[in-house]
Amino acid sequence: MISFIIRRLLLLPVTLLGLTFLIFFFTSFLSPYQLLSAYVQDPRQLQGANVEKLIEKYGLKKNFMVKYGNWLEKIVRGNFGWSLSLNEPVIKVIGQRFPATLELTIYAIVPVIWIGIWLGVVAAVHHNGVIDQILRVVALLGYSIPAFVLGLLILFIFYGVLGWLPPGRLDQWAQMIVYSKNFHQYTGMITIDALLNGNIPVFLDALKHLIAPILTLSYLSWAGLLRITRSSMLEALGQDYIRTARAKGLSERVVVNKHARRNALIPATTVAGMMFIGMLGGVIITETIFNYPGIGSFSAQAAEQFDYSGVLGVAVIYGLVTIIGNLIVDITYALIDPRVRLG
Amino acid sequence: MEGFVKVLKKLMRNPTSIAGLLLVLLFVAIAILAPVLAKPPYPDTPYQMPQNGWSSVPQPPSHEDIFGTTEGQYDIYYGIIWGTRTAFKLGIFVIGLALIIGLFVGTISAYFGGWVDEVLMRVTDIFLAFPFLVGVIVIVTMLGPGLNHVMWALVIFYWMGYARLIRGSVLEVKENDYVMAGRALGTPGARIITRHILPNSIYPILIQVSMDMATIPLTAAALSFLGLGAPVGYADWGQLVSFSRNWIISSSGGNPFAYWYTITYPSLAIILYAMGWNLLGDSLRDILDPRMLI
Repeated sequence: MISFIIRRLLLLPVTLLGLTFLIFFFTSFLSPYQLLSAYVQDPRQLQGANVEKLIEKYGLKKNFMVKYGNWLEKIVRGNFGWSLSLNEPVIKVIGQRFPATLELTIYAIVPVIWIGIWLGVVAAVHHNGVIDQILRVVALLGYSIPAFVLGLLILFIFYGVLGWLPPGRLDQWAQMIVYSKNFHQYTGMITIDALLNGNIPVFLDALKHLIAPILTLSYLSWAGLLRITRSSMLEALGQDYIRTARAKGLSERVVVNKHARRNALIPATTVAGMMFIGMLGGVIITETIFNYPGIGSFSAQAAEQFDYSGVLGVAVIYGLVTIIGNLIVDITYALIDPRVRLG
Repeated sequence: MEGFVKVLKKLMRNPTSIAGLLLVLLFVAIAILAPVLAKPPYPDTPYQMPQNGWSSVPQPPSHEDIFGTTEGQYDIYYGIIWGTRTAFKLGIFVIGLALIIGLFVGTISAYFGGWVDEVLMRVTDIFLAFPFLVGVIVIVTMLGPGLNHVMWALVIFYWMGYARLIRGSVLEVKENDYVMAGRALGTPGARIITRHILPNSIYPILIQVSMDMATIPLTAAALSFLGLGAPVGYADWGQLVSFSRNWIISSSGGNPFAYWYTITYPSLAIILYAMGWNLLGDSLRDILDPRMLI
């Protein structure tokens, strides 16, 4: 087990290096002037005669490896450049917005795992029955509705028609409280901060704004998890040890819950981890529709406004989170399933 | 060929798969018949949606525009019909190229194994270290918006799934007796791959292609929705949906249902198209995946 983890950890820096190389490779399409904002921390540097000097300094007209090396050095020191779309350092934007995105994804993934696995087990137990067919159609509908359509429909019904779930992250009055001096931002995740500050109205307001994005973000995923759990559960139910358990005279509930489900959950674990990562990509659409200020809506905005350093910075963060997420998934998988670490 | 007929027969037995097949055929027909169903006013630029006036307020369905118009008076019916062609164009181009790259990387990786496999799979891992949409957005930002750039960006971040799938199938088939027999007879490697291995790993690929025919145009539509894909006025479902955004949440303070047609028709087109391919892919999986035959 330990050697498995060490092997994976040793590969981590290689993957990270490859990742930054891949991201930076795509900047080859940019002119030195377009790329410059990825190197500076202060917009005043981007004025007048200074520009040529900076291009010279960072080697932006030289070969690719020089540019890449200079950029990587900055990134490692936490300097992600200057965001032209928000007029702030990119790292500051990410620092402010990442907790918002994390908050959204965590709230979205928890119900997905519960509901998805539960429905998958139900579908498998009633294989080809009425429930199975209904769930199959609902799940299919699930991934046939793209997030931007579903999100707009939710916005249309729950905000346009009913006026219940407004876009944004907080109402005006709650914003005044959250950004006042008396309110301590411990984590940047407003629901948690509100509880830590003992402010229930703000907590409820933040929660109210989260419902619609959570629905949009999680809908696709629980359909996927349902299918995976269903098929692995079906596979488990066809195994010899299930027949043995039934032959022993165990009740159907024990057979399903104790014998089959435990084994069926192994693939579901990996998929749930991958889903969390998928959701980090899905937030781009969801956050844009609901005007939710996370890194997803920032990346869309930056892309639209040719904010190259913003897009680069977000991509590095996304890659970092994904690689670490995958590592955790792999290790969990190896912990649950001995065949992986021995193989 | 015999296997293909068998699959088709099984497809016709299940009502859900018949529904999927019919939906797909319907959209294929729409794409082929687009010039008949919605005659382009300027034959040189058929993908440019015609504008019936300049008013910024959408107009409800009428005799002239049977699905109504969007803001800027783009005809929704025309956009949906030619948007079908856009969807197929995107799907076929992106999946075709991704499949070629995937076939190349996957077979080489599996057939030769060892360090070749290791290097190719690590490179694949790096491409997989992005959420798909993030990778695509990075490329589109650097290349500039536009449908052609979106297509290339999708290819660059979509081949990995095929490479892994094909590698897996080839590894599985490689150990079969007929491949061993071929090798023992001295058949050259390339011939073993093309004549023995690939035909036997074709079905999982077929399922994936069917699913991706839904995914890829939907992703492109999402990018258009974000303003990174098709240029303004280009017949594209994502753009039609994005046109509706300002009207259905009733920022004007009026009745939100007044502009129902701006979101209903484009959404229906997207959902039915995706459902067709997904139903088909799902049925194929049920027929072809032996694990499902319990």
